[in-house]
Amino acid sequence: MAWFVDKFVQVVVFIAGISAIIFIIGIFVFITKEGIGFVLKSNYTLNEPLFNLLEDKGMPDDLLDALSPMDGKPFHTSKELIKAVETTIGAEQARPYEQLILKNSHHQPFVLKTFFTSPKWTPTSEIKPVYGTLALMAGTASVTGFAMLVAIPFSLGAAIYIGEFATGRKREFLKILIELLAAIPSVVWGFIGLSILNPLIIKIFHVPIGLNILNAGLILGLMSAPIMTTIAEDALKAVPDRYREAAEAMGASRWQVIFKVVMPAGKNGLVAAVLLGVGRGFGETMAVLMATGHSINMPTSIFDSVRAMTATIAAELGETAVGSDHYQALFTLGIFLFLITFLINLTADLVLRGVRKE
Amino acid sequence: MFEATEINIRNRRIESLVRILFILMTGLLILPVIMILAILTYKGGSMVSMNFLFTKPTDGMTSGGIFPALIGTVWLVGVALLFSVPLGVSAAVYLSEYAKDNWLTRIINLAIINLAGVPSIVYALFGLGAFVLFFKFGTSILAASLTLGIMTLPVVIVSTKESLQAVPQSFREACWNMGATKWQTIWKVVLPNSLSGILTGIILEVSRTAGETAPIMFTGAAFFLPHLPESVFDQTMAMSLHLFVISTQVPGVPEDLPYGVAFVLIAMVLIMNSLSIAFRVYLRGKKKW
Repeated sequence: MAWFVDKFVQVVVFIAGISAIIFIIGIFVFITKEGIGFVLKSNYTLNEPLFNLLEDKGMPDDLLDALSPMDGKPFHTSKELIKAVETTIGAEQARPYEQLILKNSHHQPFVLKTFFTSPKWTPTSEIKPVYGTLALMAGTASVTGFAMLVAIPFSLGAAIYIGEFATGRKREFLKILIELLAAIPSVVWGFIGLSILNPLIIKIFHVPIGLNILNAGLILGLMSAPIMTTIAEDALKAVPDRYREAAEAMGASRWQVIFKVVMPAGKNGLVAAVLLGVGRGFGETMAVLMATGHSINMPTSIFDSVRAMTATIAAELGETAVGSDHYQALFTLGIFLFLITFLINLTADLVLRGVRKE
Repeated sequence: MFEATEINIRNRRIESLVRILFILMTGLLILPVIMILAILTYKGGSMVSMNFLFTKPTDGMTSGGIFPALIGTVWLVGVALLFSVPLGVSAAVYLSEYAKDNWLTRIINLAIINLAGVPSIVYALFGLGAFVLFFKFGTSILAASLTLGIMTLPVVIVSTKESLQAVPQSFREACWNMGATKWQTIWKVVLPNSLSGILTGIILEVSRTAGETAPIMFTGAAFFLPHLPESVFDQTMAMSLHLFVISTQVPGVPEDLPYGVAFVLIAMVLIMNSLSIAFRVYLRGKKKW
């Protein structure tokens, strides 16, 4: 009996153990399932401009009215669309307009080149929606980049101070403080950007809008600093004390020990710390949504408002109909985000594994 | 005989300069946050009253309290815990007690790291695609909590694994020598000895879950609902989303109101975290091995 229980438990915990893998695959499968249609889609639809063309060609109003429920309904092939038109208004009456419909009903919402190189993101446009993410990528990159400019020196500095200088209670206290910092929810950070930093930036720099790269970058820098500090401090701590002692015995001063011995020895861990910080900033949603100003822009200065990829999904998904092009486009953006963060985390893990092997 | 040479003096001077530089950097990281917390406390603290905590929002959310959002957050966190604690603890038991050091374990660890790193908005997409649409839970507490539960699973797994591994191997060996099976050893010896460490992790998870906004936006949290949820298939308001809504989406909100909400939210989260930290420090002092 005990043996059976033992085996049973082993199976149960094994399933729980691999659940993390199942969930990662699940996340990828489900966002791909919702979004991939957009990438592969090639639609044949009747839409507003086509109706106008038909009207110009002289299609009677009653036929137009009969066709209007088909507005926007996608078909996979032109044949299916023509067939649907014929069953709605009769083959005889449809014939004169078929050429026109064939010529103007083809739409391919996702164009790879446009997706990555066009700065135009106009998914709600009636005439021709454009799904270009360049400006959104620039927004994410500029905010994350600025955040890293702030966070990397300060969190490495803090890590060095906590790891190499501070001792005893002071050290414990600082570590706890950093941990509490990491706990502040991102929506609260966003609110801070909106209501405290925003007026401050307007006042100090005399700019019309304080919701910009500067604001979101500062917020994001403060948000990603704790994780970077913690991991960098771990990396410094992993450097064996005998390295320090050997250098000190050679007459090196404290700062020489830190810059010439400890930091090079802990290099991999520091790189991983920066990578995870970048990943954190890249995937941040609420704070970026609230503090960037959320307007589509190719940024030219840090006082420009921008819009991030994550924030775009958060702001627009609620207004889209399930399965529509816009909805699928947002999921495609999600796939893109997922893949990039996956790569960042994978790289950080490989770099850290290098540390452990040494 | 041991007088400082010029080089010694110069080195010492540089050293103290470097030291001050690093203190400054650490300070500049922490100071703004303390200032921000002070402002939030100053402006938001005065808003908080029994009336604020226990009444519902009125006049299109421009006045009144936060009761439905508070209760909603409790629902969301509670259901998320029901799902993720058993799963996370079991996963940690597997990783700590059963897993061998092989490729599968490496992949599991990599998956856990990735679960922790996936952007919160991607979780929102996943929750919508999987729980709301595919499993047909609709926008409900259940869908939102499952999404939150998966998102915070790494917190439970990592902290539980650490506290399981902190139980000395000799405890297990002593138990096996008495003829106990592996499971009996885990259930009677390993888990009880690491219970407090597991609790610490759970408290931490509560704090993480309570603050998340993006994953619940499209899966179960509503902008405004005057009544309280009655089952896991209802939608609900939540503190985090409420803060977002009244500070960006609703016109004419008096300036103090969002400060009040932010203060309550951050107080909830920080109290939970401090509890977890205090618990940990206390345990470290008490440990007998």
